[in-house]
Amino acid sequence: MKMVTAIIKPFKLDEVREALSAIGVQGITVTEVKGFGRQKGHTELYRGAEYVVDFLPKIKLEAAIQADQLERVLEVIEKAAQTGKIGDGKIFVQSLEQVVRIRTGEVGPEAL
Amino acid sequence: MKKLIASFMLLAMLCGLSAPAFAEEAVAITEAVSAVADVAAEVAAPAEAVVEAVAPVPNKGDTTWMLLSTLLVILMIVPGLSLFYGGLVRAKNMLSVLSQVFAIFALISILWVIYGYTLAFGDGGGFNWMIGDLSKLFLAGVTPDSTAATFTDGVVIPELSFVAFQLTFAAITTALIIGGFAERIKFSALLVFSALWFTLSYLPIAHMVWATGGYLFEMGALDFAGGTVVHINAGIAALVGAIVIGKRIGYGKEPMAPHNLPMTMIGASLLWVGWFGFNAGSNLEATGGAALALLNTIVATGAAALSWMFAEWMLRGKPSMLGIASGAIAGLVVVTPAAGLVGPMGAIMLGLIVGPICLWAVSGLKRSLGYDDSLDVFGIHAVGGIIGAIGTGIFVSPALGGVGVADYTMMGQVMTQATGVLITVVWSGVVAYVCFKLVDLTIGLRVSEEAEREGLDTSTHGERAYNM
Repeated sequence: MKMVTAIIKPFKLDEVREALSAIGVQGITVTEVKGFGRQKGHTELYRGAEYVVDFLPKIKLEAAIQADQLERVLEVIEKAAQTGKIGDGKIFVQSLEQVVRIRTGEVGPEAL
Repeated sequence: MKKLIASFMLLAMLCGLSAPAFAEEAVAITEAVSAVADVAAEVAAPAEAVVEAVAPVPNKGDTTWMLLSTLLVILMIVPGLSLFYGGLVRAKNMLSVLSQVFAIFALISILWVIYGYTLAFGDGGGFNWMIGDLSKLFLAGVTPDSTAATFTDGVVIPELSFVAFQLTFAAITTALIIGGFAERIKFSALLVFSALWFTLSYLPIAHMVWATGGYLFEMGALDFAGGTVVHINAGIAALVGAIVIGKRIGYGKEPMAPHNLPMTMIGASLLWVGWFGFNAGSNLEATGGAALALLNTIVATGAAALSWMFAEWMLRGKPSMLGIASGAIAGLVVVTPAAGLVGPMGAIMLGLIVGPICLWAVSGLKRSLGYDDSLDVFGIHAVGGIIGAIGTGIFVSPALGGVGVADYTMMGQVMTQATGVLITVVWSGVVAYVCFKLVDLTIGLRVSEEAEREGLDTSTHGERAYNM
């Protein structure tokens, strides 16, 4: 099993969710996050006070998947989240040791 | 607890000041009674004299306008000023600002009817150049039948409507000051300071500018709706407060962006609407003069919103909503002393001038002097008020479309206006400094560092603005 974490542009969330559903991913968890990468921040000006905003709002999306789904998942996230401009985000993949479905107590791939 | 007792003692001292007045009052009443007797004797003689001496009766239209204007000014304070200021602070201090404005309005309205009105508009005898007397302490003798004079001979309005209208001016002036030291003042200290400053600065300045016999009034200083009394007065006190209390922790290092500009926009809009009561109501009669003040209050504001916006757009690259709203407030401030005295084109000129200057005052000037006037009360109200006061002396000229005043020379009038500004700046500055120091030594002006970091909403008021 694999844990896929993707940092994407907020307005791309719907497209990514639809694409993942279409290839059979059963569920995802989404968090609003802030961070910085190569994309530059912006400057805000309130009367005389200038603030450089380094941390930009992004969406962090997490999906636990079967190992054999990985290639497809990476492909559709990349395709759906891409604008071609700097700041499109990144995808991180980790091995997932265990999964438990709380309602039934199922463990492993069956709990996904 | 000690601090609480100290604040009560300060308040008690204030009340104590008024004690000897009762004796004076008794004398005044005796005099009045004998005067009435004299008049009665005179009136009894020729019958025609009775017809001429009949007291003028308030016009229902004027009365309605004054009542409505009073409500409009209340709208400026709670909720207008509260929301305008509230949106500009960080979320953790939202309720503290709302509480401060609300509580000051409540406090000053009580003090106003107890001793404020009589000190501001009474006849102070030997001290009449500076302050009134205590003959109407607790509104003694003010009844639904008593009347107040207007700018037209023989036209009067109910005195109670004048008392209420002027109450709102005293309250908003005192409430304006909090913007200078928002996000760090101790609530108890603020209440005591407000009572002191209202008594020692607002009342004398209002008397000097607006009451018959007042020093600036007799000198011919023009202040239609309170550019000097309200805006310069409050703006200077706020600056002194910002300096005496010191900068917010993290000022210039941590971001202190406004937490909710839509609320600031709502507040600015309510201020604008309410300001029609403030400016056009200051005409005291529902006449063409009120209409002129109302129109000027629209166009000067529009001009200043635009001039600030374009200046910011050119100098900083973007036209901001906060800039448009701040420009509008600067325009309202600048037209306040001028409202019923200049023509609409003069009002537009004042608005165009004030926008870029106030933008500079809240950015360049503020940065170079290094004070932390949290919500730019000085930069907008004092600077805008000074431009308005001087500008009124210029644009009142009939040659520039103004209504003109007797024996007008531009240079002379500008000098008179400048004198009014100078007296107010010094008076308010000194009084504010002394009051702040006094409160600092007794109660302490500032919350603890921990409380400031936590935010005043939870540390002072025990509640938070947003539970989501």
